[in-house]
Amino acid sequence: MSLSHDQVQRLALLARIAVGPGETDAVLAQLNRVLELIEQMQKVDTRGVEPMAHALDLRQRVREDSVTERDQHALFQSVAPAVERGLYLVPKVIE
Amino acid sequence: MSWEIVVGIETHAQLRTRSKIFSGASTEFGAAPNTQASAVDIALPGVLPVLNRAAVELALRFGLAIGARINRRSVFARKNYFYPDLPKGYQISQYEAPIVQGGTLAIALAEGEKTIRITRAHLEEDAGKSLHEDFHGMSGIDLNRAGTPLLEIVSEPDLRGAHEAVAYARALHALVRWIGVCDGNMQEGSFRCDANVSVRRAGEPLGTRCEIKNLNSFRFIERAIEFEARRQIALLEDGGRVEQQTRLYDPERDETRAMRSKEEAQDYRYFPDPDLLPLVVSEEEIERVRAELPELPDVRRRQFIARGIPATQAAQLTSSIELATYAGLALEGASRGTAPAIANWITGPLSAKLNERGIGIERAPVSPEQLRQLVERIADGTISGKLAKEVDDAMWAGEGSADEIIERRGLRQISDSDAIEKLVDEVLAANAKLVEDYRGGKEKAFNALVGQVMKASRGKANPAQVNQLLRVRLAG
Repeated sequence: MSLSHDQVQRLALLARIAVGPGETDAVLAQLNRVLELIEQMQKVDTRGVEPMAHALDLRQRVREDSVTERDQHALFQSVAPAVERGLYLVPKVIE
Repeated sequence: MSWEIVVGIETHAQLRTRSKIFSGASTEFGAAPNTQASAVDIALPGVLPVLNRAAVELALRFGLAIGARINRRSVFARKNYFYPDLPKGYQISQYEAPIVQGGTLAIALAEGEKTIRITRAHLEEDAGKSLHEDFHGMSGIDLNRAGTPLLEIVSEPDLRGAHEAVAYARALHALVRWIGVCDGNMQEGSFRCDANVSVRRAGEPLGTRCEIKNLNSFRFIERAIEFEARRQIALLEDGGRVEQQTRLYDPERDETRAMRSKEEAQDYRYFPDPDLLPLVVSEEEIERVRAELPELPDVRRRQFIARGIPATQAAQLTSSIELATYAGLALEGASRGTAPAIANWITGPLSAKLNERGIGIERAPVSPEQLRQLVERIADGTISGKLAKEVDDAMWAGEGSADEIIERRGLRQISDSDAIEKLVDEVLAANAKLVEDYRGGKEKAFNALVGQVMKASRGKANPAQVNQLLRVRLAG
């Protein structure tokens, strides 16, 4: 399987990475190499093997339901580019 | 041939935990912006999620209440998309292996009970809130809600029309509150529904559906579905076709509108979250949660129906555990004949008064036993229905039980025929004009005479007996 230029542009959009027209060829070649590797791995016979959800064969630990965090918004917001009335400000987004 | 409206509903129910699903920040509603957004919630580098035990238990409780299969091993996945109120750039959700699969919910319709299949219910985290008001052309982001635990409950497209969809939403709302997994506060967004709506000719395969997002009241669910179905039917009857899209309901205009179509279709690229291991629940945990489950609303509803109470009213009485408990106590020991009257008094005058005063049933000044006695006194003819209101008002004012009030105020209905006869004769003698009118064919005059007798008895004469005696006397 190999990717098209359009697919590379779509992936770039989904990942919010700016891939300029001059870079598409290079990114395409790199992604195709990754896909070749995956293709090679897919040749392995995995019949009867249960798919893994995690590399570690362990189970999720849980914590008790108690409030342990205190308000640190002033500290967190000290590095935010724009803040007002306790809110983070971002370029306008309207669905 | 008529159209069939097919609906499936996705509900986001906020789980009743103290802290967030993956952090120790508080989930309390109404805090100042970002004061409950911890380093994990705002996705600072290097932080890791740690799962909240209570969120898992509440999901299990729901699964057991709907008779679902509990997946002993479920997996958290990343749902990837970019939006400013989603700090990580992905939402932690469950995709291929949700914790709850299958199950059913019974809904009460006037024509009987209907069973709706649940597809799945999975754990996920909520996003933050975007405020698009005036911030000099910018949007404000409050991440207090980010990381709040949600259970997304997905129904099969088993619902036919807005009416059934609302019955389902109400039944689900009642259930999650009943078993204590969600506070059900729709104004605060604790229980939000999306409706998938399509139409088809009877017997045909499913049509193309549109999803209406974020319906936060039962009325909006009903109206949005009704509008959307009309829109789709009109489109198809004009020879057009329905395009699959996401729409928003605008309550002010009472219509649904397509959300500004994205230039690109979404692609969430789900994959298992490497920060979280598979969630494994043991048999012991499941059994412990099962043992804690209260008797379910379905069971209570059927008990009420068996006492002669109509199905939709029984559903109303089981809309909360508090109301059902009250009704259960009021019905205790009541005869089968009076059970429907007791139910009527609870859903009628009692509910109206509670609403008027804005208090919950658990704080009703009239106890279930007092209410039962009042209804029994109407049923056994001790007081008239009219005077029952007076007795009820007095009970609300804390004047004691119905019997005490009836005695103290002398409200006992007069059913002694000698006494009524005397009253009737007096009224006939004093109202010669009305008697003449009646005999001249004016039926209205009869009602006026009944009114006079009732007045003379200060409302206490048995109206049926007054009617009967008057007829006899006037005919003679």
